[in-house]
Amino acid sequence: MTQPAPTSSAASAPAPTGLNSLLADISSDQRAFKNVPWAKVMMWIFLLGDVFVFGSFLIGYMNVRIASQVPWPHTAEVFALTVAGKKIPMLLVAIMTFVLTSSCGTMSLAVGYGYQKDRRRTLQWILITALLGASFVGMQAIEWTSLIHEGVRPWSNPMGAPQFGASFFLITGFHGTHVTIGVIFLLITALKVARGDLENMRPGFMTGRKGGYEIVEILSLYWHFVDLVWVFIFAVFYLW
Amino acid sequence: MTQEHGQQPLIATYVKIWGLLFVLAAASYSVSYFEVQAPLRWVLLVALMLLQAGLIVSVLMHLVWERLALMYAVLVPPLLLLTLIGIGAIDGRYTVNIRNAFFGTAEATPPAAEHR
Repeated sequence: MTQPAPTSSAASAPAPTGLNSLLADISSDQRAFKNVPWAKVMMWIFLLGDVFVFGSFLIGYMNVRIASQVPWPHTAEVFALTVAGKKIPMLLVAIMTFVLTSSCGTMSLAVGYGYQKDRRRTLQWILITALLGASFVGMQAIEWTSLIHEGVRPWSNPMGAPQFGASFFLITGFHGTHVTIGVIFLLITALKVARGDLENMRPGFMTGRKGGYEIVEILSLYWHFVDLVWVFIFAVFYLW
Repeated sequence: MTQEHGQQPLIATYVKIWGLLFVLAAASYSVSYFEVQAPLRWVLLVALMLLQAGLIVSVLMHLVWERLALMYAVLVPPLLLLTLIGIGAIDGRYTVNIRNAFFGTAEATPPAAEHR
């Protein structure tokens, strides 16, 4: 027993590529997603669940819109803003899209600087992202208020199909909640970055897990997902 | 550190994709602003939407730099939603046909009056 017999040929054989690597990963022992931090895998699985939540909402919206006998409100007019005596369709929604897309870029910059271990710049871009996210939620509050004043309710709608109110409040409400939760987690992560927890791999609150700058990337997955959902809501709910 | 060097995208890549996202969002908005009519409207909206989604997932969420096993685990299950879209569309048509048959067509019912 001087030379232990190799238990698998994987150690000597070159790493499989393409579909073979997929098969090798899925059929391997203990963990399927090699070299991927488990927290990142968990975030992806959570987001996959969220895909089905929002997917079901948007498909439900499609179903009630097709099934409605009463004409659907003309969204370009419902969400129009009057600026200097001129009606501009969807102005507020366009600004909200602009803000959320901006926050997507600033989050990516935070991730990039995080991997360079640039603590000051990471903190700065996370805080800018949180600010943009908070202003998005604020604009959504304005939008909700104006629609409620116009008499739109989850069960009725003076402009046409009552299902418009139900779809609007459900879908944008769930999305707004996601943005709000994202802002809270951005602030928590900002605090960790500011204290230097990520450089010292200090365990976080409620966990013994040592967090490095990868947690900024994992948070960015959530944040980009929120923007991704908005892309779909913007196209199929507001612009369709 | 599990980070493989050379696998992380550069900050310049992020900025380019970011700019592209603005252009695509502006294009989506102008489809509505210039009141492009169906069916071209639907084609443009879906194409622009999928382009934006693809850029966000692949580059900003780093999926192209992940292992193939993770890519498949994330991208294949949502395809099931296509089935749900089909069922939802067929069911919606069926419901509106039944409503038209039993309650008369849309012109006969004044909007929202019955829901007060």
